[in-house]
Amino acid sequence: MRNIGHDQQKLRSFWQRIHIDVPLLLGIIALMILGLFVVYSAGGQEMAIVYRQITRLGIALLVMFTIAQIPPLAYQKWAVPVFVLGLLLLVAVLLIGHVGKGAQRWLDVGFMKFQPSEIMKLIVPIMIAWYVSQFDLPAKTSKIIMAFILVLIPTLLIAKQPDLGTSLLIASSGIFVIFLAGASWKLISVCAGLVSAFIPVLWFFLMKPYQKQRVTTFLNPEQDPLGSGYQIIQSKIAIGSGGFDGKGWLQGTQSQLEFLPERHTDFIFAVFSEEFGFVGVSVLLSVYLMIVMRGLWIAVHADHAFTKLLAGSITLTFFVYVFVNIGMVSGLLPVVGVPLPLISYGGTSMVTLLAGFGILMAVSTHKRFIA
Amino acid sequence: MASNKRVAIRNHSAEANLFARRTFIAFVGILVLLLILFSNIYDLEINSYEKYQTRSNSNRIKLLPVAPNRGIIYDRNGVLLADNKPVYSLEIIAEQTTDLKKHIAEISELLDISEEKQQKLFKALKSKRRFKPIELHSRLSAQQVALFSVNQHRFPGFFIDARLKRYYPFGDLTTHSLGYVARINRKDSIRLDEQNLAEDYAATRNIGKLGLERYYEKLLHGTIGHQEVEINNQGRVIRTLDYTPPISGQNLTLSIDIELQMIAKRALAGKRGAVVAMDPRSGEILAMYSNPSYDGNLFVHGISSRNYRKLLNPKNNRPLLNRSVQGYPPASTVKPLLALTGLEENVITQTSRFYDPGWFQLKGLEHKYRDWWAPGHGWVDLNKAIEHSCNVYFYNLAYKLGIDSITDMMEKFGFGDYTGVDILEDSRAILPGRETKRNRYNKPWYTGDTISIGIGQGYWTVTPLQLAQAISILANKGEIKIPHFLRSTAELVSENIQEERSNTDEIIKTGSDVNIVTKMITKMTEYDDKPPIILKDNKHWNLVLDAMHNTAQRAYPAFRGTHYDAAGKSGTAQLISKKQDEKYDAESTKEKQRNNAMFVAFAPYENPEIVVSVVVENVLEGGGGTNAGPVARQVMDQYFGDRNIISTDKNKHPQHTNVYGIDKKIGPN
Repeated sequence: MRNIGHDQQKLRSFWQRIHIDVPLLLGIIALMILGLFVVYSAGGQEMAIVYRQITRLGIALLVMFTIAQIPPLAYQKWAVPVFVLGLLLLVAVLLIGHVGKGAQRWLDVGFMKFQPSEIMKLIVPIMIAWYVSQFDLPAKTSKIIMAFILVLIPTLLIAKQPDLGTSLLIASSGIFVIFLAGASWKLISVCAGLVSAFIPVLWFFLMKPYQKQRVTTFLNPEQDPLGSGYQIIQSKIAIGSGGFDGKGWLQGTQSQLEFLPERHTDFIFAVFSEEFGFVGVSVLLSVYLMIVMRGLWIAVHADHAFTKLLAGSITLTFFVYVFVNIGMVSGLLPVVGVPLPLISYGGTSMVTLLAGFGILMAVSTHKRFIA
Repeated sequence: MASNKRVAIRNHSAEANLFARRTFIAFVGILVLLLILFSNIYDLEINSYEKYQTRSNSNRIKLLPVAPNRGIIYDRNGVLLADNKPVYSLEIIAEQTTDLKKHIAEISELLDISEEKQQKLFKALKSKRRFKPIELHSRLSAQQVALFSVNQHRFPGFFIDARLKRYYPFGDLTTHSLGYVARINRKDSIRLDEQNLAEDYAATRNIGKLGLERYYEKLLHGTIGHQEVEINNQGRVIRTLDYTPPISGQNLTLSIDIELQMIAKRALAGKRGAVVAMDPRSGEILAMYSNPSYDGNLFVHGISSRNYRKLLNPKNNRPLLNRSVQGYPPASTVKPLLALTGLEENVITQTSRFYDPGWFQLKGLEHKYRDWWAPGHGWVDLNKAIEHSCNVYFYNLAYKLGIDSITDMMEKFGFGDYTGVDILEDSRAILPGRETKRNRYNKPWYTGDTISIGIGQGYWTVTPLQLAQAISILANKGEIKIPHFLRSTAELVSENIQEERSNTDEIIKTGSDVNIVTKMITKMTEYDDKPPIILKDNKHWNLVLDAMHNTAQRAYPAFRGTHYDAAGKSGTAQLISKKQDEKYDAESTKEKQRNNAMFVAFAPYENPEIVVSVVVENVLEGGGGTNAGPVARQVMDQYFGDRNIISTDKNKHPQHTNVYGIDKKIGPN
C-alpha cells in the first residue's frame, strides 16, 4: 500500500471512506445495465417495465450502500436474536402466511407483503459464520454437526412452504460456511451420503406434486411437449436458435412472439442467449466469473474468520444462483424458481442480493488498520 | 474489543491458510461448474444450432394456403356462363370490439339480422380465439353492404369480408351441361386425398359436383398459392414474410351457343323433354337443354332442405334429371339407320318393295303387328317407307335382317355405349340384342322381339345425345365425331423474355435485363375421333339421307318454308303395349304412359352443319312430327338466322304434300 502513488491512494481512500468496493460495483453495474436491455426486450418492449426495474435497482443499490456502511463484525452481536426472529417468522408464514402460486411464502404485515425466506438468505450465513468462528478452525465435528442442524431448521421450514429454490440457496449458504470453516473431508463425504439418503424421503414425503412434475419433466421434457415440458423445450429452442452471434437485440423470435414463458423473470437467460448468442453468453459468464473472483478475493483478504466465512459464503451462494438459473434454463437442472441474479426482472431477490453485496463491500472496506 | 482479543490467541495464519485452501478448492469447483454450463451452451448454440433454428422457425412460421380463382366459362361467342362473383359477409373480430353485445344488437337491427344468427355468433365466440374473425352474416345484399359501410365507424371490430363465389348468370338454362360447384364434402375430401390433391385444395371451399364443372375440375381449379406468415404463440399473424400467388384455373370456352340454348328452352316451355344440337363436322354440342331444369346457383351456397325437397318432389317433373342423357325408345327416328343396315346386309335394295295391308304377322302366330296407318300403305319401297314411316316395311326388314346384324350395326352407330361426351352424366341406354336381353332380363331373344326393334320399340332405348351422335354419323356418311362441349382453354402464362437489346447502359437504366410478360394462351381442344364406319357401298348413305331429306321436305308441316335445306325423321314411341286391336287413346291413358314424341333433323342437306335431336315426353295429341318437330325447327331457324341456304335442286322436292288427306296435325309419325 505504501508503494502506491499519493493521488491513487487518495482516490482509493475516497471509495474506502464511503465503503464501496469499486471492482465489485463495476461488475454489478455492468450486469444491471445489460439486464435493463434484456428486460426491455423480454418485457414486450415497454419502457414502463424498464422504469419499474430501474426503481428497484435504485432501491437495491441504496440498500447495498447503506449496509456497506455497517462494520461487518457488528453482525455478530445480532446473529442469534435475528436468527431466532427469522425462524419465528418462517413458522408464522406456515401458520398464517399468504398463499400465492400454490405456496405459502408471504407474510401480510398490513402495509406490505413480506417474504421472510428472503432475509433468511442473509441471516443463515451470518448465523453459521458467527457460530463457527467462535471456535478454532478447522471446526470440530461436534460443532459442525450443530452448525448443520442450524442450517437444516430454516431449510426445512422453507422447503415446507414449499419453496425449493430458496431452501436450496439457504442450505447451500450455510453449507458453504461449514465447508470454508474446514469441515473434514470425511465428514463432507458422510454428509453427502446422508443427503443422497435423504432424496427418497424428500421425493415421497416433502415434495408437492408440481415439484415432482418439474423433476420428471426435467428428465424427459419431450414426453409432454405442450404441457409441462413446453417451457424447457421452448427455452432450449430459444438458446439453441441464438447460434454464434444471436438473432440481435429485440429480434429474438422465441421471446418477441411469446413462445417462451416467464421470459423476463426466471427464463431471461434464454432471451439473452437467443438475442446475443454464444458470444453474449461468453461475455455474461465472464462478468459473473469476475464478480465471483472479486468476492472470493475479498473473502480471502478479510481480516477476521467471521468476515472471511461470511464473504465466502455470500460469494459462493451468488454463484449458485447463476449456476442453478442457467442450468435450469438450459436444461441441465430441473426447473426451480431461481432468478438470474442482477438480470431477471423482479424486486425481492434483487434487494437481498445487493444487501449481500453490501456486506461484501463492508468486509472489503471496514478493515482494522483503516478503522 | 473482546473479540479481537480472542482472535489474537488463535493461530491466525493457520486459519487463513486453511480458508485460502478451501476457497481455492471452491474456486476450482466454480470453474468446473462454469465449464459445464459453458459446454452445454456451446452444444446448444453451436453444435445443435441448425436443429434449434429449424424448430424456432417452425414455431413462428406458418404457411397459409391461398385459394386460386376458378377458371371462368364462356359460350362459343364469349358470353359468360360461369363467373366468380364477390359475396360479402359481415365478420367480427372480438378482440377489436369495444362493446360487443350492444353493437351486435344495434347492427342486427340495422341490417335485419335474425336472432338465430346472433345466437350462433355468441356460441362461436366462446370457442374461437378472440383475434380470429367470426361470421355474423353471410351473403349480404348490396343494400346491407351499403348500410354497413356508412355506419362502419360506429362498430369497431366489425368488417366486411369479400370472397369469390361461383355464379351462373343464366341460372337453370345451363345447369344440365355446366353442372355446378358446391361445398367440398367428406366424400370429396377422401377422393382428393386418394388423388394426392388434398394439399392443392387446402384453401378451396367448393368443388365441381356435376356436369362440366365436375369433368373439368382439374383445369378449372388452378394451383394453390401460399402466404408465409410469422405468427406468435397464440397463432396471431404478425407479418407476411413471403407470398407465392396462386395460379388461376384455366378459362374454358364451350361450343354451346347460349342463344340457341335459349331458343331450345323456349321451344320446350311447358313440356318435359330435351334438345341436343350438335355440329356433325366437329362433334361440338351447340345446345343441350333438358326441361324442366333448375338453378345451379342454389347449390353453390348450400341448398336449403326445403328447396332440395322441392327439386325431388315428383309433382315438379324431376328437374334434376338430365333428359338429354336418359334412355328413350327411339321409335321411328332410327328407321333410316335400319334401312341402311338392310341395304348393307343386302336384305333390301333401293327398289325392293313390301306390301303393307296395315299389319304384319309372323308365320304360324296369331299376333298382328299393326301399322300406325290402319288401312295400310300398300306397296312400299325404301323411300316411301321412310317418308311415310311405314311400320310394316320395317317389320319385314327387321325380320329379314335378324337381330344380330341389327345389333352389330347399331353398335357401330354408338348405341348402347357412352358417347364420350365431356360430362360424366352420360348414359349407355340399351342396345337391342341377345346379350343385352340376357344380361338385363335374363331372358332369351325371340323373333317377335326383332319385329318391334324394326320400329325402334321393345328392348331398345337411346339417349337424345346418342341419337344426335348417330344422326351425325349418318349425315357425315360414316365419319364419327365425339360429341363434346369444350372448344378451347385459355391459360394465363407468365414468361421471362430475355431482353434482346445488348446496350449495357440501357440495362443499367432499367435495372433488369429480364421482362416478365403475362399473356393468355388459348389452346383449341383436340379430340381423338373413332375410326369411321365404312360401308360396302357408299351409295347406301345417299339413299338413306335422300329419303330423310324427302321426309323433312314433304312430310312435316313443321319444316315447311325453311330457308335452309333440312332433312329429318320423326318418331312416336308407345310406352304401354296395347292389346290386340285395341286403339290408343291419349285422353284415357295415364299422363306418364302417353306417347313420347321424338325428332331428329340435320341441315343443310348438302353439307350438314347442325344435327338436332328432340324428345318430348308424354304428348297428349299427335306424335313426333307435330310435337318434337317444331322444337327442332325453332332451334334450326335460330341457328341459320338470316343465312339463305337453299339446296340447288330444290325443285326436285315440292314442299309438303299432304299425301293422306287427313288432319295435318297427325301426319306420319
